[in-house]
Amino acid sequence: MTPWLIFGAKAVGGLACQMGVGPAFTIVERRVAAWIQGRVGPNRVGPLGLFQPLADLVKFISKEQIVPADADRVLFLLGPLLVFAPPIFGFCVIPYGNMIGDEHLQIANLPIGVLFVMSVISTGVYGMMLGGWASNNKYALLGSLRASAQIISYELSLGLAILIAVMMSSSLDLNVIVEQQAGKGFGAWNVFGGGHLSQLPSGLLGFGLMFICALAENNRLPFDLSECEAELVGGYHTEYSSMSLGVFMLSEYLSMILMCGLMTSIYLGGWSFPGITDPSDHSILAGLISWAVFMTKILSMMFVYVWIRWTLPRFKYNQLMDLGWKAFLPASLVNIALLAVIGVMGV
Amino acid sequence: MAMQRPTRLPMEVEEQTEGDLGSKRMIVNFGPQHPATHGTLRAIMELEGEIIRSMDLEIGYLHSGFEKISEHRTYNQTVTVSDRMNYLSPLCNNVGLSCAIEKMMGITVTPRCAAIRVVLYELSRVADHILSVGLQAMDLGAFSVMLWAFIEREKLYDIFEAVTGARLTTSYTRVGGVMRDVPADFIPMVKAFIDAGRKTTREMEGMLNTNRIFVDRCKGVNWISKEDAISYGLTGPMLRACGVPHDLRRLQPYLGYEKLKFDVITEPGGDVWARYRVRVREIYESLDIIEQVLADFPEGPVNVDMPEVIIPTKTALNNPGGGMEGLIYHFKNYMFGHGMKPAAGEVYMGTEAPNGELGYFLVSDGTQKPWRWRVRGPSFYNYQAFPQMCLGQSLSDVVSGLSSLNIIAGELDR
Repeated sequence: MTPWLIFGAKAVGGLACQMGVGPAFTIVERRVAAWIQGRVGPNRVGPLGLFQPLADLVKFISKEQIVPADADRVLFLLGPLLVFAPPIFGFCVIPYGNMIGDEHLQIANLPIGVLFVMSVISTGVYGMMLGGWASNNKYALLGSLRASAQIISYELSLGLAILIAVMMSSSLDLNVIVEQQAGKGFGAWNVFGGGHLSQLPSGLLGFGLMFICALAENNRLPFDLSECEAELVGGYHTEYSSMSLGVFMLSEYLSMILMCGLMTSIYLGGWSFPGITDPSDHSILAGLISWAVFMTKILSMMFVYVWIRWTLPRFKYNQLMDLGWKAFLPASLVNIALLAVIGVMGV
Repeated sequence: MAMQRPTRLPMEVEEQTEGDLGSKRMIVNFGPQHPATHGTLRAIMELEGEIIRSMDLEIGYLHSGFEKISEHRTYNQTVTVSDRMNYLSPLCNNVGLSCAIEKMMGITVTPRCAAIRVVLYELSRVADHILSVGLQAMDLGAFSVMLWAFIEREKLYDIFEAVTGARLTTSYTRVGGVMRDVPADFIPMVKAFIDAGRKTTREMEGMLNTNRIFVDRCKGVNWISKEDAISYGLTGPMLRACGVPHDLRRLQPYLGYEKLKFDVITEPGGDVWARYRVRVREIYESLDIIEQVLADFPEGPVNVDMPEVIIPTKTALNNPGGGMEGLIYHFKNYMFGHGMKPAAGEVYMGTEAPNGELGYFLVSDGTQKPWRWRVRGPSFYNYQAFPQMCLGQSLSDVVSGLSSLNIIAGELDR
């Protein structure tokens, strides 16, 4: 096989994890929400309503694309794309399965994968800012202001939470981080201390902080201030219609998958699960099993996302800032200091 | 104590100076079509960042001319107008109007009629409060709570439908009685709801009471002092949440409320949290009142024995026993220039509706139709205190405050 063919297969596989699951997850979200709320949910299109995402897509595409009269047309249409692209780039470096033969199941094997993901997801907010600003709508402007402030305050804590896992694994290569956690039982997962019991508190705290910051990063409840429908109508996407709105919606799911994939990789052992996967088995079957384990982990975390969304009220802007700067940032710094001391002492 | 007047700043953008982009303050139009207004309200806000610096209200987007329409209808016909003013608890408006007309004519309703009205009144209060709490949670982002509340509200509407034949436009009461007696399975139906309603309310409390996000977003938000609340004329849960035990059911009892045991719920806070607590506790209190009434539900006729007021039933029309007399009274009641004519004079009757004092001021000139038919809608008085509550608070607090006011736009604009 030529390298190009292999690369193509890996790219298709990686995109399928994200582009396939993302739209499909909308129906899961709606059905789970209905279940929580004592409703039935969409069940008309296809068996069990499974084709609802397709119907949504048809609806989005067939609607008229409206650009407000005084909007900045170029930036307005560019906004959704700028939000859409980063999660796809970011997912390139997430290992979505064990090696098959000599090939990592990962679109691009970067030695600085963690840094790459972090730098890429930070750019997503530009789409929201530009889109909201270009809409020439006060609610959209407020929404994009909130989005940018929120991302700035949470990305610090998010970065520090990621740093905990990096310190435990002493690597920025996501493959190395996952392989260190694989095949050595649950204790080797970074969330449980990465093989050292003394690091257990740091791992748990780091994972907790990262999970909450990821909620904020993805603009999900209780942190969906930038698009909260009760206050800002639609937030930064108030003026969007048709497929450009659909792209905003879709990117939310894509970035959810990216964040869950990142969390799974650096904290929850990636594609490995004690007793199910064998890191030394590089057959195709083992690769598929490890891929299934990885996707199960991602989907379980996304289920928790949905559960939280339909349970909790949302924060107020100043409470969000308080939480980010006064609670999460100090907690992350203390956590890093703690882990550094433990590491130096070599307990 | 001197009343603190709302500081209404002039609604103009500050002058732009060199190097200043004039971006200090922004005027945002909140409504009339906005997801949080739950109706057609409009607030024009001047924002500094996200802080409200001044606010002006504009009402009238749902003005339907109810009061004027009613001047062209006979007294019993105005019942149909009254329930259209309130889309959360229409039966309260029916009962309040009938009580006012009866007070004008000096009619005392039968014990069974009073019991039916009290049960329906309190059920409407539960319907209003449970949905209001749910909407309050929804505006803060907890969408599921609202849908749980809606499930209970639908059960209540099923009861209303069984009793009145309509879910919203109930038009159930008549002067001197009600449209018809309640169905045979009314008491078991209501008892079943009482259990379900208590359970759901407890669930909602479990979801919200200890929820840090919800509590933080409610406590101290949209605060109003006791003195200001009184001088603005706030009533109902809004006033009781300021610690004032003002309840017309206790102060000016009607329909036999003086015989029922219930507490007037007050909370000291004066903020959104206190209003939420008052509403939730009143749900339990109303369910207790209903249980008391159902335990001793009187038998007997539902209408007073005054044929010149009561519209004869179809059976009386067709029944050979009372046929001719029934036909004559039916004719008299419906023919223009005949029928029920209260003596010239005026009356004001306030009842404790879910949102506060719902008063009807009726002026009769001795004809079949009211000369003036005026409503004191509680929402109108509650809403005018809103700008003062919002000043200095953030945009998010406007939303939680607005849902805690539970404005019924139909009643606000009439």
